[in-house]
Amino acid sequence: MKRTTIDLWVGLFVMGGLVALLVLALKVGNATTVSASQGYHVTAEFDNIGGLKPRAPVKSAGVVVGRVESIGFDNKKFLARVTLRIDKAYQFPTDTTASILTSGLLGEQYVGLDGGGDDVMLKDGDRMKLTQSAMVLERMISRFLYGKAAEGPQAAEK
Amino acid sequence: MIAVLDGGLRHIGARVVDGVWKLGCATRFTATLIARSGASFRRPQLTLNEIYFTGVLSLIIIIVSGLFVGLVLGLQGYETLKRYGSAEALGTLVALSLTRELGPVVSALLFASRAGSAITAKIGIMKSTEQLSAMEMMAVDPYGRVMAPIFWGGVISMPLLAAIFSALGIFGGYLIGVVIIGVDSGAFWSQMQAAVDLREDVLNGVIKSVVFGVAVTLIALFEGFDAPPTAAGVSYAVTRTVVTSALVVLALDFVLTSFMFAGV
Repeated sequence: MKRTTIDLWVGLFVMGGLVALLVLALKVGNATTVSASQGYHVTAEFDNIGGLKPRAPVKSAGVVVGRVESIGFDNKKFLARVTLRIDKAYQFPTDTTASILTSGLLGEQYVGLDGGGDDVMLKDGDRMKLTQSAMVLERMISRFLYGKAAEGPQAAEK
Repeated sequence: MIAVLDGGLRHIGARVVDGVWKLGCATRFTATLIARSGASFRRPQLTLNEIYFTGVLSLIIIIVSGLFVGLVLGLQGYETLKRYGSAEALGTLVALSLTRELGPVVSALLFASRAGSAITAKIGIMKSTEQLSAMEMMAVDPYGRVMAPIFWGGVISMPLLAAIFSALGIFGGYLIGVVIIGVDSGAFWSQMQAAVDLREDVLNGVIKSVVFGVAVTLIALFEGFDAPPTAAGVSYAVTRTVVTSALVVLALDFVLTSFMFAGV
């Protein structure tokens, strides 16, 4: 096949474009840490999940160990059912506490896991019994105000 | 009074019918183009030449504007994020806005004005000087020989140009944010990597740029093919290519965005 200079330029252009795509995928999109379905699912029920979203991180001691797979609503118990996918490399005891926390003051919400002391580890499909719901700012404030109102007269008597 | 009203209504009606007519012609043109593009696959050299013409020669403008868009995003984003004490989120801001929106859209607009106008002028002049008819006389299919390679060249070039634009824009944001202003380099990249999803952001950006490539190249080819065979007709067709492509790209961008990111 006869080679022309145009072929060289087109080759360089296509190569540049593919390199740019690769940079976007690996350096920016971080495709290397996407562990496709390498993990087990556990569910946890919360009174209130606040602003938790699917694909939010699951962290233990600040390390990302999984992702929130899906969020549903249990219409019998009126609780939110959150399905977590945890990386196969990490095992947690059955008495692990799942709590919904916020990173920073205005940051995204994530699920925090605090390991317990049980010898039996969580398996695929298990349900976490110990959960702690998200802090809802309005409830916190109203509780604080009611508390203040309740102690108000006593403080005046003294 | 009634005569004026009548004339106005006739004018509007004629414009609408003309538009519908043109849309039908464009659809038939597209179908013919795709049906007869076998020649451009059998002779890849033709498509390669068009990739050189539409892609390689557009590189300079894409590289320079990508870099500058990134630099501006870095500066403006830093100024705004600084007020909320979250300057480290600069990487996220630059990367998301480039991969999702600015990369595909701005490079499609540049592509329309750099390559689209040239395609229209080429096809328009080939038609007005009866080169296309001469080809048909010699039993050479002008669709397969001339227009299909241009089409596929544009469709292949556009996503590559958009990817180069986005990558260089992010590099520009890095230059301003990390090298010049002094945002922490680790936080810049790690927050970017935590926020940008491969499928959700990068792949959707690539899909957008492919769609824009198809739209811009088709508009450019059809306007050239449909141009009246006069000097004024070709010049008007070139103008229309740039205007229509820009409008179609922006409208398509809204439609695609509402499909892709509505549920997130």
